[in-house]
Amino acid sequence: MSAVVKVAEIHKHYGELHVLKGVSFEVGKGEVVALIGRSGSGKSTALRCVNALETIQGGEIEVCGRRVDDPKLDLRALRQDVGIVFQSYNLFPHLTVAENIMLAPRRVKKLSQKQAEEIAQQVLARVGLSDKAESYPEQLSGGQQQRVAIARSLAMSPKVMLFDEVTSALDPHLTGEVLKTMESLAKGGMTMLVVTHEMAFARRVANRIIFMHQGKVWETGTGEMLAAPQTPELQEFLSNGL
Amino acid sequence: MGGAFTVNHLIYLAQGVVWTLALSALAFLLGGVAGFLVMLLRISRKKTLRWLSYGYVQIIQGTPLLIILFVIYFGLGVVGIEVPPLIAASVALMVYCSAFMGEIWRGCVEAVPRTQSEAAECLALTRWQSLIYVILPQAVRIATPPTVGFMVQLVKSTSLASVVGFVELTRAAQIINNSIFQPFLIFGIAGAFYFALCYPLSVWSRSLERKLNVSRR
Repeated sequence: MSAVVKVAEIHKHYGELHVLKGVSFEVGKGEVVALIGRSGSGKSTALRCVNALETIQGGEIEVCGRRVDDPKLDLRALRQDVGIVFQSYNLFPHLTVAENIMLAPRRVKKLSQKQAEEIAQQVLARVGLSDKAESYPEQLSGGQQQRVAIARSLAMSPKVMLFDEVTSALDPHLTGEVLKTMESLAKGGMTMLVVTHEMAFARRVANRIIFMHQGKVWETGTGEMLAAPQTPELQEFLSNGL
Repeated sequence: MGGAFTVNHLIYLAQGVVWTLALSALAFLLGGVAGFLVMLLRISRKKTLRWLSYGYVQIIQGTPLLIILFVIYFGLGVVGIEVPPLIAASVALMVYCSAFMGEIWRGCVEAVPRTQSEAAECLALTRWQSLIYVILPQAVRIATPPTVGFMVQLVKSTSLASVVGFVELTRAAQIINNSIFQPFLIFGIAGAFYFALCYPLSVWSRSLERKLNVSRR
């Protein structure tokens, strides 16, 4: 299996704060990797480094054969390969659902209005929101907005998708519908790197789970790892009912 | 000196109103374009451009409009460029507007949450595309009430053009007063005209603000 994302020994500082202390992991093609850990463990930061939303001070990151830490990196090319979905959806409030989805295909990929509309219909069908194309984000529930955000990202046909705590702002009921959408993406063969607090989801869907603690990869394994944690830190993290 | 206030005087004042409006519109349009440029420079990624535009804004905001007007009207005259009062006044007001509106608009652009441009960036939009399709449409909504509010300031500021002999409302009132000397009546009427121009703008600005707040809820 060829790795789509390769993160090797990366370091990240915010001033005095050393948030990533030599983190390494890989995500293979079609693989779903879950990053778990406490708030402040560096998991979201690690994820954001993958599509260069954060710069790193040491180590190497390679995504789809591109060196992300290269100063001459073509950022826009990278971002066409990497989709990201945020905790706060970040839909564009002045545009309809369809317009939100079509914006990047139209302006970045220079597709015609008709082609973009077809893509919008396809991706909305995939997230089960075909009837919401003409709605504005504020007219949708949080779960629906998050599914639109997933659809918007899908519309660019990324090679890997990053999910940054995408259900943390949702109540349990809405969380379920978003996780279901993500699970169907995973089944469809999408390469995914998922920062999450949903242990049941990680266990069921992820091929590999990475537990981060204090800016380091503390423990790695499959879903089984959650049943039989090796380190006291993971044990404690899991027993806190998360 | 002295004499009655006649219909002719009123017509003369009304013509002044037309010139006040024309000057305001011209200043707003020119100042708007220049202000847009100032806003772009203020949010530029190049430090020198940000610095230069910051300096420009500070200097203009810290200088009385009358001084700007004198510099342009008399200054250019000395260099041998004869500027008609209308042009001098328009340019001075444009400069004045560009600094204030540029700064108002910069604030509005920066009031759009940072996560919006981040999302646009992550969809591989260029900075320009992000600005045009994502940030500006949202900033315009925020910017409309303060911009309309600033137009009130602008309309009143055009009265300074009277100093360089441009016959707008204030100058027209002065001229009439010089002949019939009834300052309370004449400047009272002129003031009423200004109020009639500005009050609707204030009301509009306030209603826009209310609408914006409602839709934000």
